[in-house]
Amino acid sequence: MAERVRVKTMSPPGHVRAPHYLRGKTGEIERPLGAYKNPEQLAYGLDAAPKELFRVRFTMAEIWGDRAERAEDTLDAEIYAHWLERL
Amino acid sequence: MPHDHPGHDHDHGLSPSGHPFRADNDAPLTYWQRMEIAARELLIEKGIVTPAEVAAQIDAMDARSPANGAAVVARAWCDPAFKARLLSNGSDACREMGFDIGALHLVVVENTEDVHNLIVCTLCSCYPRTLLGLPPDWYKTRAYRSRAVIEPRKVLREFGVDVPDSMTVRVHDSTADMRYLVLPARPAGTDGMDETALAGLVTRDSMIGMGLPKQP
Repeated sequence: MAERVRVKTMSPPGHVRAPHYLRGKTGEIERPLGAYKNPEQLAYGLDAAPKELFRVRFTMAEIWGDRAERAEDTLDAEIYAHWLERL
Repeated sequence: MPHDHPGHDHDHGLSPSGHPFRADNDAPLTYWQRMEIAARELLIEKGIVTPAEVAAQIDAMDARSPANGAAVVARAWCDPAFKARLLSNGSDACREMGFDIGALHLVVVENTEDVHNLIVCTLCSCYPRTLLGLPPDWYKTRAYRSRAVIEPRKVLREFGVDVPDSMTVRVHDSTADMRYLVLPARPAGTDGMDETALAGLVTRDSMIGMGLPKQP
């Protein structure tokens, strides 16, 4: 059974790579991608620690509710572990 | 008179094809144009790069084109073992074919009779440039970047691709370190075609998921 996660709803200032339209949304880990240097620090020329990155799959119904074109269509996005909470 | 050009009734003369000549680009540099020149001149002044190296990089990027991706797709259509390697590690499979893709982390997603994939970067304009070259202008527009995730089927129809309700649309948002290539489904009626001929059917848009390969 796929692992379920939710994107945190935090809104820190500055450069982030977790899009607003996915914050608070629940999805499943599609695959782990390994660790990459955190772009939120790289963007400022800082010494960036590697962070675990995941592809997370959301249904269009989860993201857009009744406005979804087709509920079962999906959207996959790459989200860093510190943006995810496990359910 | 070949064309009417409202607002161009003053006398510039017309080109041989009947269009007004484009005005000289005498506007001041934009902020980012000044920034690019300043950063480039500093890098050269400090001996970090030479002008020849900058020009060579621009040449190398301009030499990359969707033909590279088309060759990868055609190989995958002909060679099941290569296709398996491509789907499990896209970057290594492209390097195996001799393409200089730099540090690209490529995820390849496969279109089947049940699934249609498409690629977008909602945050900016991430694209597998070191394989396919520069992205099309529409890929970078705010309209595409927002609509591709909200109403992908409608956008696909505008690009001439009607995905039936029986199929799942999977949108891939390149939000971080991966870049994406769609492996389109091999068109019917191509059994006798060799790899080179098949590559000729693979369009740029079909590798973004906003088109289908050409029919033979």
